[in-house]
Amino acid sequence: MANDLAVEAAGLSRRYARRWALVDVALRVPRGSALMVAGRNGSGKSTLLRVLATAIRPTRGSARVAGFDLVADPDDVRRKTALLGHASYTYDALTALENLRITARFLRRPHTREALRAVLDDVGLAERADDAVETFSAGMRRRLALGRVLLQDAEVVLLDEPYGQLDPPGFRLVDRLLGRLREGGRSVLMATHLLERGAGLCDDALVLETGRVVWAGPAADLPAQGVT
Amino acid sequence: MTLADALRKDVLLQWRTRARFLAVLAFGAVTLLLFSFAAGPDTGALRRHAPGFLWLALLLSSTLALAESFQAEFEQRALEGLLLLPAPARSLFYGKALVNAAHLTLLGGALVPLAVVLYDLALPRPGALLGLLALGAAGLSAPGTLYAAMASQARARQMLLPLLLFPLVVPVLLSTVKATALLLTGDPMGQLRSWLLLLVCFDAVYWSLCGLLFGRVVEE
Repeated sequence: MANDLAVEAAGLSRRYARRWALVDVALRVPRGSALMVAGRNGSGKSTLLRVLATAIRPTRGSARVAGFDLVADPDDVRRKTALLGHASYTYDALTALENLRITARFLRRPHTREALRAVLDDVGLAERADDAVETFSAGMRRRLALGRVLLQDAEVVLLDEPYGQLDPPGFRLVDRLLGRLREGGRSVLMATHLLERGAGLCDDALVLETGRVVWAGPAADLPAQGVT
Repeated sequence: MTLADALRKDVLLQWRTRARFLAVLAFGAVTLLLFSFAAGPDTGALRRHAPGFLWLALLLSSTLALAESFQAEFEQRALEGLLLLPAPARSLFYGKALVNAAHLTLLGGALVPLAVVLYDLALPRPGALLGLLALGAAGLSAPGTLYAAMASQARARQMLLPLLLFPLVVPVLLSTVKATALLLTGDPMGQLRSWLLLLVCFDAVYWSLCGLLFGRVVEE
């Protein structure tokens, strides 16, 4: 893979029992750029991001993320990626701060109260730092999951429906964080149904339909494609 | 360091969900009580069967405690989140298994006084019994933690864990019941050592094996 590519995949496929969720997906994401992944529910967006994050293995095909092979070097890929998935990756019984502290300790990142409160402040949760996550609304859990992604400070950031369950200020928060990630030279893959919003923030886009790439091109051209 | 981080995480989780410990303890206590009703009022029979009743109560309670210990890991896919950091699966296993072993030892320690009252037992060597509880809890905890991780991802999780665990831990049950009986009634033939040896060997094999297999179980 050329060094200027954050993600390169060829023939990437994934099967769940008898159903193929991804079929021969090929993509190239230059370092520092953002790719929007669009498509209807069940089109394979989440599966693609989960495969690239090594949360699930591809059934066939190959991919390199941040220069590392997905199957041969999963731990190296994991060190370079952060996934915002549908689940928040948190413990409900613990507070927001304790959840971030667990992540920070495993990552060998500063885990002082001040450092972690700064992350929570970024996602608008500083006031609820010491509250158990089980008392959080779905949107607040989403914000905490975003904070976890920020804490990881990964080279390649995979965002699966980052606007999901958020309120309008939350939408603006995601826009702001995405801008910050891009300014920091991070590569971003974002699955979203908000086409116009995503097109305004990403360089390129691809559309999945029943696991296959049916369109790929500049993100600015996507709204004109009539994708729903 | 990662083992210390995993341990810290599991201790914190156990502490925050300590009300569940009381629920499991209540279940164990009720089980002991039911055994005493089933055995009838014959004090001799109760004393004779007390080691078996105690360890069966602990074994039955352990399935609840072990299953609970993984519920938090799968609710919001927290375990997957740690594995993707990447946190080593082996450290996550040993952190969880050690805390589960401590939890079961504590549970056993809390059930013993109740067994003493219900079955009219004398406790000549309480320290040795506590050591035996720790060894037995370790024997239940290592395969129990592995199987709880497997069962938590299955649909029929409540049924699956006992079905997998009970046949495997027969040597633990056998050695702990025999060793407890010898501790309570005396050991004129010097058999205690061989039962303890069996238990230690089981613990050593399963703590090694389950640590190796855990990654395969929790990774897809």
